[in-house]
Amino acid sequence: MLRDALLVAGKDLRIEARSRVALWQVLPFALLCLVLFAFALGPGPAALRVAAPGLFWLAVLFSTVLATQRSFAIESGEGTRDGLRLSGIDPAGIFLGKAAALAVQLALLQVVLLAGITLLFGVRLHTVWLAVAASVLATVGLSCAGVIYGSLSAGLRVRETLLPLLVLPIVAPVLLAGSRAWSAALSGSVSAGSEWLKILGVFAAVYLVVGIALYGPLQEAS
Amino acid sequence: MTWVRAVGIAALVATAATVWLGLWVTPPDRVQGDLVRLLYIHPPVAFVALYCAGGLAALSSLLYLWHRTRSLFWDRLTAAAVEVGVVFCALTLATGSIWGRPSWGVWWTWDARLTSTALLLVLLLGYLALRRVPAPPEVRARRCSVAALIALIDVPIVHFSVDWWQTLHQSGTVLNPELKLYVHGSIAWTFLLGFIAMALVFTWMVAVRYRIEVLRDEVGDEELEISLAERRAEGTIPEEPAGVPVPEPTGGTR
Repeated sequence: MLRDALLVAGKDLRIEARSRVALWQVLPFALLCLVLFAFALGPGPAALRVAAPGLFWLAVLFSTVLATQRSFAIESGEGTRDGLRLSGIDPAGIFLGKAAALAVQLALLQVVLLAGITLLFGVRLHTVWLAVAASVLATVGLSCAGVIYGSLSAGLRVRETLLPLLVLPIVAPVLLAGSRAWSAALSGSVSAGSEWLKILGVFAAVYLVVGIALYGPLQEAS
Repeated sequence: MTWVRAVGIAALVATAATVWLGLWVTPPDRVQGDLVRLLYIHPPVAFVALYCAGGLAALSSLLYLWHRTRSLFWDRLTAAAVEVGVVFCALTLATGSIWGRPSWGVWWTWDARLTSTALLLVLLLGYLALRRVPAPPEVRARRCSVAALIALIDVPIVHFSVDWWQTLHQSGTVLNPELKLYVHGSIAWTFLLGFIAMALVFTWMVAVRYRIEVLRDEVGDEELEISLAERRAEGTIPEEPAGVPVPEPTGGTR
């Protein structure tokens, strides 16, 4: 299963590295979100600094929707999904592979966004390990939930409008817990932050297990 | 069907009795006054939305996904439970909001239980949106069962939200960890009757909704047949002439 996952993840990342859609579309979109948020809140540095963690995670969430759509757009070619299904790869392996590829992209995106909020909003991370832990757990959860719903809406004519409706409420806990954990990381209050890490951990674990268990039937349905 | 009608009548009677007891017979609460009368409706409605609708939908989608019990019956039941669940979930939020304005001073507050219930409503609406996407019944059933299961992960979160976080919403009056009932006397009986009434209403609505789902599928099949027949008549799909034997392929070597 893990070998299959590596194969699928490698394939997705290679396609992404060559087509550079994530680099030239999703990443600029995420940065654009930050700029637009700043417009909405006004230029006062105090307000921006307080809102920065929430805006950071909101940008990550929106980008997750785009990256998920992209991740399944590359499977939408003629017979591509059938090819993947007929290749004999374990469905759980496909799930893990696609989630891993998405997670790598989201992790890179977060690094850039962190630079963005540091430069644009003037925030400084106080407790780095807390922010990194929150990001890792949130990324696992986001990519698993994204792949589950991406596969659910793949191939539908209404997928562009349906996917955000399905994914965003599901990943709302990540927005909440991620923002709180990052607020704590910015202000350096470790005890408050580690409580939210638990929620992120549970979220990631639940969607990882659900994805591994349900990806088989889901794939047959698409 | 007779049992559906019987449940419907029972639901009507029980609801009427709850209204009568709740509005006229029971005394006002010592602390809340007449506001307590809304609580004969709000917890039962929430109970139905979370545990009856959520539980039934989760169970039936699981039974659909399990290969031994796979049948469209479970899928239709999930759809019926979720749709009725949406109604009850919206009612929960509405009645809670009406109660919250005089007692908490606000229509809405970002409390864990309120927020997770609102999230549940959106998740269930997402399920209904997914269900409206045209697809063959088997495909749709599998897709929707998975979506229902994932959406219903929120139900335990709503349930435990009052224990996990310090919320404005009170913790369980009946379904608390000690299972201790915090209401007594005629208030308790009316409260209990409210639960029974709402459970009956739920059962009736799901049964009717299930029947609609069956009829809808039948209509879909019939429409398909009709449009196929029309296209055959236009000559776009060649009809095989009846009674004429299909010619054996010739010239092949064996």
